[in-house]
Amino acid sequence: MSDYNFAYLDEQTKRMIRRAILKGLAIPGYQVPFASREMPMPYGWGTGGVQVTASCLHPQDVLKVIDQGADDTTNAVSIRKFFQRVAGVNVTDQTGKATIIQTRHRIPEEELNEDQILVYQVPIPEPLRFLEPRETETRKMHALEEYGLMHVKLYEDISRHGQIATSYAYPVQVEGRYMMDPSPIPKFDNPKMEMPAIQLFGAGREQRIYALPPYTQVVSLDFEDYPFEASKAQGACAICGATHTYLDEVIIDDEGTREFICSDTDYCAQRVAAQKGEAA
Amino acid sequence: MYVAVKGGERAIDAAHDWLAEQRRGDKSVPELSVPQIREQMALAVGRVMAEGSLYDPDLAALAIKQARGDLIEAVFLIRAYRTTLPRFGYSNPVETSEMLCLRRVSATFKDLPGGQVLGPTFDYTHRLLDFKLAADGDSAAQPQQTQNSAESTDPSTIPHVTSFLNKEGLIEKAEPTVPGMQDKPEDGSNSAQNSMQDTGSRFGGPEPADLTREPLEFPADRSLRLQSLARGDEGFLLGLAYSTQRGYGRTHAFIGELRIGHLGVEMDVPELGFAIEIGEILLTEVESVNQFKGSKTEPPQFTRGYGLVFGQNERKGISMSLVDRAMRWRELGEEFSGAPAQDIEFVLSHSDNIQATGFLEHIKLPHYVDFQAELEMIRKIRAEAMSAQATQEAAE
Repeated sequence: MSDYNFAYLDEQTKRMIRRAILKGLAIPGYQVPFASREMPMPYGWGTGGVQVTASCLHPQDVLKVIDQGADDTTNAVSIRKFFQRVAGVNVTDQTGKATIIQTRHRIPEEELNEDQILVYQVPIPEPLRFLEPRETETRKMHALEEYGLMHVKLYEDISRHGQIATSYAYPVQVEGRYMMDPSPIPKFDNPKMEMPAIQLFGAGREQRIYALPPYTQVVSLDFEDYPFEASKAQGACAICGATHTYLDEVIIDDEGTREFICSDTDYCAQRVAAQKGEAA
Repeated sequence: MYVAVKGGERAIDAAHDWLAEQRRGDKSVPELSVPQIREQMALAVGRVMAEGSLYDPDLAALAIKQARGDLIEAVFLIRAYRTTLPRFGYSNPVETSEMLCLRRVSATFKDLPGGQVLGPTFDYTHRLLDFKLAADGDSAAQPQQTQNSAESTDPSTIPHVTSFLNKEGLIEKAEPTVPGMQDKPEDGSNSAQNSMQDTGSRFGGPEPADLTREPLEFPADRSLRLQSLARGDEGFLLGLAYSTQRGYGRTHAFIGELRIGHLGVEMDVPELGFAIEIGEILLTEVESVNQFKGSKTEPPQFTRGYGLVFGQNERKGISMSLVDRAMRWRELGEEFSGAPAQDIEFVLSHSDNIQATGFLEHIKLPHYVDFQAELEMIRKIRAEAMSAQATQEAAE
């Protein structure tokens, strides 16, 4: 792959993306338009996240890629292989050892630190998109901080279903200003977004980058009488026994018997290893 | 105990091997060569170059071979390749009246300077399967005359049909757009103010935007819209253009002129101080002439729609010109009828087939986590609804 620059993108493109990232960090939660490039994987497969990662990557970085919390899902494997091939960086599946973590749909269970960057793949960056399809309108709404439409939607949810019927991609407000889509993470992960690591969000097809600097205030929208609840499946992981992690449900026989396992496979594996250590 | 499925990596490798085998097909059948595709699938090659935004027939043919004939996949391969290429600069605008035409027809005038040149078209073929082609060997009909149309047409400049209408002031002037200006109907001074000549003016306009270098933002001026349409999906534009013909944003279009031919591309080289030809491209250009009864801001006159596409692709060129015209409602002071083809944001946001197919197909990627969250919620809401129903029934 000597034909391609380090981490695939040419330096001009990286500079353009880094500028967008810096602007995003300076205005937390604001969607910065950027000239997204075609990547060698399809839109919808994480091209925004891949471009952000490519622009942040140094040769000494250690990269972790997860999809649905797991390192061995096919698309995570594919993206990790891509960076091994075009950047030759070291990769890991241990959250603590990674300097950059690219993720789709989850935040790792283990708390991140100040030396880490979490890169999210974002399909639809606009939290207001399904309430207002026009970009020209939604940009205006953000500019004027006109978020009433979302509150009405949440209120209607409660009046219809007795609760806010959004279980993932649950909208947040950043530092009391921009309303932001946290990407399709389960709302269980929302409280983790106030963290020591830098969080970068890349939406390739929609040509938007946004960011959260460390320790930024991120509030999940709610009402005083209907407070936000970081819900998850009730149960324990069938492998490590955890009850405090986000669980995936798996069907294990033809009768439809269900079991739960940790969605974060690294966290689960480390717990199992620790348990074995204690037993020995 | 359930063991989570491992081995994504091995599965991917095996899938790729199988794909390669399927691509080759039956090994007793000779393998297609890239030059064969380039020469004999030239229209597919043209489409891949147009939507891939890269003029390179050999690479487009290679992409078609690699993509097993899936043209959108081939376009994707080309796009992913072109995006890694360094950008040295921009060529000078091409002067299409200097095109060496293979084909040039007008549906508005029976005869005109430069003549009607039918060229290599399917238009008047009878769509009967030619079983001679199924037999091996070259069964192509011998040309009745050895002269091909490129040689038979006058190689000197062929003026555009619309320039004749221009002389009478019957058609709006074609002017370079000032970015952002045409989307402000209030100032009412958009078109036909400075009467630059129809030709020539193309060299004097403002720098056109480039959506491969800048994110697409609205309002989008006409040059940006045309760029977007030129690389947009043929099928999507065909459907939109067809919808305008059936009344969803009618534009009453005639094909003033359709020309297909070769044209040199020149670029200014700063070190030399003059322009040099860097290559030759095949282009399809369509100018539609549209009925227009006038509006509050514009007098009755014919208006224009424009299409320009790499390769020989009339369907795409005509579609593009109709959709271009439909999107110009605001600058011409027309009504917005709510038709999809008039809606610039709708058209430009959805015409790119690489974006569309990627986002559409990504829903086959795992969504376990989100689905799990939905499962929990639907169970909860359902349980509440069922218990409410039970209480109600008990009360009755």
